[in-house]
Amino acid sequence: MSTATWTNDETESLGSLFDEAEVLIVEAAPTTVLPKRPDPFMASQQRRSIRGVSRQDVMTLGGSAVSALCTTMLLFGRLTSLSGELGFAVVGWLVFLVTYGVLVSLTEDRPAVVDKVVTAMLASAGLVALLALASVVIFTFARGWHALFAPNTYTSDLSSSGPLDGLDKGGIAHAIVGTLIITGMALAITVPLGVACAVYLNERRTRVANLVRTVVTAMTALPSILAGLLIFSTWILILGFERSGLAGSLAVAIVMLPIIIRASDVVLRLVPSNMREASAALGAPQWRTVWHVVLPTARSGLTTSVILGVARGVGETAPVLLTAGFTASMNVNPFKGSMITLPLAAFSLVKSPLPSQIARGFASAVVLMVLVLILFTVARVLGGRPVGQLSKRQASRAAAHSADDLRRSMERHAQTTDVAQTTDRSRHKIEVLE
Amino acid sequence: MTMLDTEVLDAPEMTTTLPAVVRSDSPAASARTVDAQRGLGDRVFFRGVSASGMLVLIIMGAVGVFLAIEAKQALVKAGPSFLTTAQWEPDRGRFGIAAVMIGTVLIAVVAVAVALPISLGASLFITEVAPTWLRSWLIAMVDLMAAVPSVVYGLWGLFFLQGNIIGLSRWLNTWFGWIPLFEVTGADPTNPLSNASVYTASAFVAGVVVAMMVMPIACVVMRQVFSQVPPGEREGAYALGSTRWGMIRVVALPFGRGGIIGGTMLGLGRALGETIAVVLIISPSFKISFHALEAGSNSVSSLIAIRYNETSGIGLSALFAAGLVLFALTLVINFTASWFISRSRSGEGSEA
Repeated sequence: MSTATWTNDETESLGSLFDEAEVLIVEAAPTTVLPKRPDPFMASQQRRSIRGVSRQDVMTLGGSAVSALCTTMLLFGRLTSLSGELGFAVVGWLVFLVTYGVLVSLTEDRPAVVDKVVTAMLASAGLVALLALASVVIFTFARGWHALFAPNTYTSDLSSSGPLDGLDKGGIAHAIVGTLIITGMALAITVPLGVACAVYLNERRTRVANLVRTVVTAMTALPSILAGLLIFSTWILILGFERSGLAGSLAVAIVMLPIIIRASDVVLRLVPSNMREASAALGAPQWRTVWHVVLPTARSGLTTSVILGVARGVGETAPVLLTAGFTASMNVNPFKGSMITLPLAAFSLVKSPLPSQIARGFASAVVLMVLVLILFTVARVLGGRPVGQLSKRQASRAAAHSADDLRRSMERHAQTTDVAQTTDRSRHKIEVLE
Repeated sequence: MTMLDTEVLDAPEMTTTLPAVVRSDSPAASARTVDAQRGLGDRVFFRGVSASGMLVLIIMGAVGVFLAIEAKQALVKAGPSFLTTAQWEPDRGRFGIAAVMIGTVLIAVVAVAVALPISLGASLFITEVAPTWLRSWLIAMVDLMAAVPSVVYGLWGLFFLQGNIIGLSRWLNTWFGWIPLFEVTGADPTNPLSNASVYTASAFVAGVVVAMMVMPIACVVMRQVFSQVPPGEREGAYALGSTRWGMIRVVALPFGRGGIIGGTMLGLGRALGETIAVVLIISPSFKISFHALEAGSNSVSSLIAIRYNETSGIGLSALFAAGLVLFALTLVINFTASWFISRSRSGEGSEA
């Protein structure tokens, strides 16, 4: 009978196990056959780590990077007549991919090799995008460096500086002021109109509203130069006004308007409908619902969409080029005389052969970029919060408001109906709330 | 049981109390009429927002209508030859957008060809590969790239890229010069000291610069679509033993196909309309040319930016006609793009 009990120590194969078991069934009373447990120390049963970065990964990556660098240097310096930085980078990258694949294939199977190589390719696409951005930003900063550190760049215009003057004379203050005026005026047009139109699209779900939405969506595709051309031919050629900051801001407003409407429309649609319904159920007319519930709920999102529109409007060159003209002197009157903006200043200054003018052009581009960066950061900070979610201060203010409302409504209730119990309970509630 | 029965019997007789029937002619019976008329405040409010909606419709519609009206004079004068003529001499009555349009499309195609692999790879890297802390940074960087004004890219292209890309242009021309796209007339690849200026100010350089603007737009759309891949399918693929690339190939890419096509086309629409970077880089020419690497090209928007001031009457009308064609083209491309995006399984609208 001892043969019928199997222990882990015995090492017969599974096939022979079954044979014996069958024999046993015929010969003796049936017994339980325990399956053979695998050896816990067998290498093939070790758990494969699928998370994190192992030392081997790092070694393989580093090794193939070094090997690719050396091979490419050898190719470019000794073996062939290849040259150029761009070619060096591309050849080095290809050599790296091949080396990496070969190294990985020493330990892994085919799907894993493909996976690793493709992952490296995806990562390099992300790296290329980052490098491109970094190269644009650093290059612009570097070329505008000297002009950026001359304080007169921000305080004076170009009206009194001659072509041979250095960077210590003249600046781009007129372009900064012009940008602020033109963008501000465009904002004064687009914010009320754009938000009202977005409210219209959300409150009136009619066929006309759908038509408006379709047209606005189509207009986001409008090449900005056409907005400039339109204002140029109507405002300046047909109506006979001169080129001015106002004409420029009209053109910029046409570019900004569809962007603001589209983004606000999306944000307003995200306002939960139960909030609207609750407000309607409390007897509020629709305009009060919009003013006190919908717009405050979507405030951060609306601010974000306006800022995104501004960021786009500030950087527009082509519409301003056609409508606001060009000037080298400070002009703070948007209704009279030419006005210039930062992108336009950058565009026209770099076409000059003088190095000081080119440096000033790059300085305007840097100031413009910093302006956009600030707007963009503000938009992200505000827009990082989803619709209806309040900051700490907003939340406490809202809680105070509703406690106040509750007290008021309870007082009114106590005056009209003389139910002592209710007021007691309400007082309790108010205490809890506070 | 008996106890219960007796109790019931002992209890006073129970009756149903019917609510008092209110006669229909009594004043309490009539249902409260819900006032269908809105209050004064609401009426003013709706008038106001409807008026702003109409105003926006009029302004936006006016742009399209005005383009058509202004373009009419030139279109009538030129007739169908407007689409086939290469020269741009409106005062002599010989003008057409054949050369300009080919230049526009050439620049846009170069831009998309450069931007598509980078934006696809970067969006997949952001959604699938990058660790969480890196992901939010990369998203912010790509968004920032989209926000950089086009004139900055133009300056970078003119002063930095133009000088550095000549090597690539020369290499492409040397090895692939037999393809018409990479042919350069006047270039001599065998002579290392030949003039490099034949490679500058070309549609290729302009296209690479415009690609910098197309890339973030396409990347944002693709990222949004890839981030909506259903987690069940994603994890199902992993549970079946798939590698990451296997998951991307079988789940993410088919799911995001609409977003990839739509995002690319949105970028193409932007590339067609880009003005200032192209004006800075190309040297304008009115020759029908498919040679992307060759100096001299043109685009509709740069034509308008260069010529708007020195023309009058028929010349301006001709510019409007060119603008109208460009507008129609971008419109078609953008509507197709949003159709692709909305028809894809994710069904999310883009916000580009």
